[in-house]
Amino acid sequence: MTYLAKPKFHHPDLPKNALGFTHRDYEGSISTLCAGCGHDSISSAVIQACFELNIEPHRLAKLSGIGCSSKTPDYFLGQSHGFNSVHGRMPSVLTGANLANKEMIYLGVSGDGDSASIGLGQFIHCIRRGVNMLYITENNGVYGLTKGQFSATADRGSKSKAGGTNNDSALDLVGMALQVGATFVARSFSGDKKQVVPLIMAGLSHPGPSFIDIISPCVAFNNHAGSTKSFDYVREHNEAVNRLDFMSPRAPITVEYEPGTVAAVTLHDGSELKLAKLHPDYDPYDRINAMTYMQNRAAAGEVVTGLIYMDPQARDMHAGLNTVDAPLNRLSEKELCPGSAALEKINASLR
Amino acid sequence: MNPTDIKNPDYFHKVVDCQWACPAHTPVPEYIRLIAAGRYSDAYMVNWNSNVFPGVLGRTCDRPCEPACRRSRVEETSKAAQPVAICRLKRVAADNKDKDDVKSRMPSAALVKNGKRVALIGAGPASLTVARDLLPLGYSCVLYDSDPNAGGMMRTQIPKFRLPETVLDEEVNYILALQPELRLGQRVTSMKAILDEGYDAIFVGCGAPRGRELEIPGRKEASANIHIGIDWLSSVSFGHTTAIGKRVIVLGGGNTAMDCCRTSRRLGGDDVKVVVRSGFEEMKASPWEKEDAMHEGIPIHNFLVPKEFLHDNGKLTGVVFEKVKAEYDAKGRRNLVNAGEPDVRMECDDVLVAVGQENSFPWIEKDLGIEFDRWEMPKVSPATMQSTNPKIFFGGDAAFGPKNIIWAVAHGHEAAISIDLHCSGDNVADRPPPLVNLMSQKMGIHEWSYDNDISADKRYKVPHAPPELTLKDVRMEVELGFDVKQAFLEAERCLNCDVQTIFEGPKCIECDACVDICPMDCITFTPNGPEAELRTRLTAPTTHADTQDLYVSEPLKTARVMVKDEDVCLHCGLCAERCPTGAWDMQKFLLNTPKAGCHA
Repeated sequence: MTYLAKPKFHHPDLPKNALGFTHRDYEGSISTLCAGCGHDSISSAVIQACFELNIEPHRLAKLSGIGCSSKTPDYFLGQSHGFNSVHGRMPSVLTGANLANKEMIYLGVSGDGDSASIGLGQFIHCIRRGVNMLYITENNGVYGLTKGQFSATADRGSKSKAGGTNNDSALDLVGMALQVGATFVARSFSGDKKQVVPLIMAGLSHPGPSFIDIISPCVAFNNHAGSTKSFDYVREHNEAVNRLDFMSPRAPITVEYEPGTVAAVTLHDGSELKLAKLHPDYDPYDRINAMTYMQNRAAAGEVVTGLIYMDPQARDMHAGLNTVDAPLNRLSEKELCPGSAALEKINASLR
Repeated sequence: MNPTDIKNPDYFHKVVDCQWACPAHTPVPEYIRLIAAGRYSDAYMVNWNSNVFPGVLGRTCDRPCEPACRRSRVEETSKAAQPVAICRLKRVAADNKDKDDVKSRMPSAALVKNGKRVALIGAGPASLTVARDLLPLGYSCVLYDSDPNAGGMMRTQIPKFRLPETVLDEEVNYILALQPELRLGQRVTSMKAILDEGYDAIFVGCGAPRGRELEIPGRKEASANIHIGIDWLSSVSFGHTTAIGKRVIVLGGGNTAMDCCRTSRRLGGDDVKVVVRSGFEEMKASPWEKEDAMHEGIPIHNFLVPKEFLHDNGKLTGVVFEKVKAEYDAKGRRNLVNAGEPDVRMECDDVLVAVGQENSFPWIEKDLGIEFDRWEMPKVSPATMQSTNPKIFFGGDAAFGPKNIIWAVAHGHEAAISIDLHCSGDNVADRPPPLVNLMSQKMGIHEWSYDNDISADKRYKVPHAPPELTLKDVRMEVELGFDVKQAFLEAERCLNCDVQTIFEGPKCIECDACVDICPMDCITFTPNGPEAELRTRLTAPTTHADTQDLYVSEPLKTARVMVKDEDVCLHCGLCAERCPTGAWDMQKFLLNTPKAGCHA
């Protein structure tokens, strides 16, 4: 934790994106989280992803609930819209905002307490409805703000810093998201930015309900031996199923792959995803297979990361509701109250 | 790349750009912090120990530290980027120190002499430095000079409006208080005679006392109104010359030319101009000296080569110049060739010739074992300042031609070490190592014993006295110096480059906190590789060529290495504040160059 604002000076040779911004322009205020917190790495990854995607800051809304993770939207995208909601209620607020203005990019930031305990119902229903958003959980397995009690995602049998053992089963947010119809599901690790940044870029670009579960070690309360969410444990048990490269319009990355292992996917906005298979049998376009695979590997003690599932045919709540093309917040009284003649017409059609 | 050896004093010394660039290696950030803290006497002593003449240098130094200053690489727009005003801050320490306090901290003359006698030829900055270093050790030093007062070119060639006599006297007197034997007012005419006096060592610090001539038609005939710049300046300094004609042409583009033209303005020259062979940018004068001259209404004419002095029966009437242009050959060397334009004629009453200075050793006999090269310069070792006669040492302008005061001081320190080694019967090539201290600055979780919250201010301008007053009085100092408030603000621009980022790999958990917080994107965790290739993989690769070193760690747990590009580090300490395990620490690197007597 620091009291010193980050100096405004920046590297003289920093690259600029298509909008003329450097990545420093996507920063927020200085973080007040513990030194070394995984969440700060994720904030930095969000900054990098938005910079690479040339996102105009005013086009993005960041929403969060309560907790260490939910404080982080203050630390990135200082020029964007933000809403810090009641504990566990971010998904409802986000759904409402999206209904009102579907043209914005929605980034929900939550944690394992905010999403897997008090807000579990909200989390599930928001994804079930197919809200076009990127929902990130910064998952550290403990309640950091209240000194490190186990959260609902802590693995059964893992040890707390004080020495206690967790006897409850862990909630599997990735499994739930797959089950209720997220069309983009990934898991990553805050200590591996090369993996996190392209996943966030792909998630923000995906025009449907996207979910990324990012394991983010709590350096204060959950980074000890016996923890399954520590830097060391995750690095040791990390099984990446694939490697994603997001071909950003700014700087196309050219990476050499083993022939036959790379699948390119062109997204709706013309950008391209390149997916390098690290496990030859793993198919990220098969939802049932993905769910089975995740269960198997979890039973084997692995932490599977990478792009777990993607449906190129993303679904969206607005399509389901058949809303008009214009964002609802731009409709005037004239369109919303078309008058008694229109009402008559509708009533007549129902007779 | 191999892991960086931070135990090598050169590694962190190079990070402190200003100190590395200073010939005397003055610990600049150390004294700037003391100035910010209002500890002017302490700041003065840090300077005095390393550069001997802080008050003089704070006004006249050529400041090699400032072009090196990291601040100008860090400030955003390169056009407005300005280094910290290091030189003028030094003056603040000298102006505001407590004189009695400083005096009480000066070394005292040795109570017991060691029986060794050293002759110092010339009483300028180089010889005075040797005297200061050797006298407290018990050496008997004999100071020779043809002028009646010690100080050398600092007294005779630097105009008083840049360096008041009181400032010079004070600092010369600190050395004279150590009681060297003075033989002033008598010119040394024979090295052999000096050798015959049986000195254990002789130091030649007689400067480059001869102004270069300009042999063109009319020189002899009009010589009454054509003066050699440095001779004329010293004549002004001694009060022999008090006036000059209304129209003056100064030939030459160095700092002496700038002093000549500005002095002329004060002695009755209304229409003073500087005429230079080269272009404006290539002029040898420091940019701020050119600026000060132009500020006083003195135009600088470039690409004009003097061809002939015009005279009317021996009375100078003007100068004819050939117009030239610069052409560059295949090797990039510049040639001045005729521009094909008509000659330029300028009228004048007096000409000052400041086209360079030369060494001149007519008083050194050729059979004393002192070898000279084909430019008639003595063969001197740059490391030891020793000539081919092991007893005889050279320093200052006498050693390698005209440089400036700070070089003379640096030479003096090295020569004093050599003389001490030589007189003790030790090998002068065995140089003592520098005195280095590396100390953590951590006071608390986010508390450091230095101010890491750097000011974003632009460089402050030193206030000047109004020209209507200064142009009337050749002894009135033009620069007023920073007041303490401005000095504090300027000092806060210093990045504290001596507070080093120290990385301990075994403590690192690779959480990326330092990478994320670093405002300058200096830090990268990546697989190791050869330097050129590794540089391309940095978070923000440098595009300029004169790069700083990369700080590379031992391999970490993930087999990657931590690579830090020292180039634009703000030394703000945020990496260390953000590090959960204390793998980063901020440690102050204090390096003092060795002085005579250190090896004992």
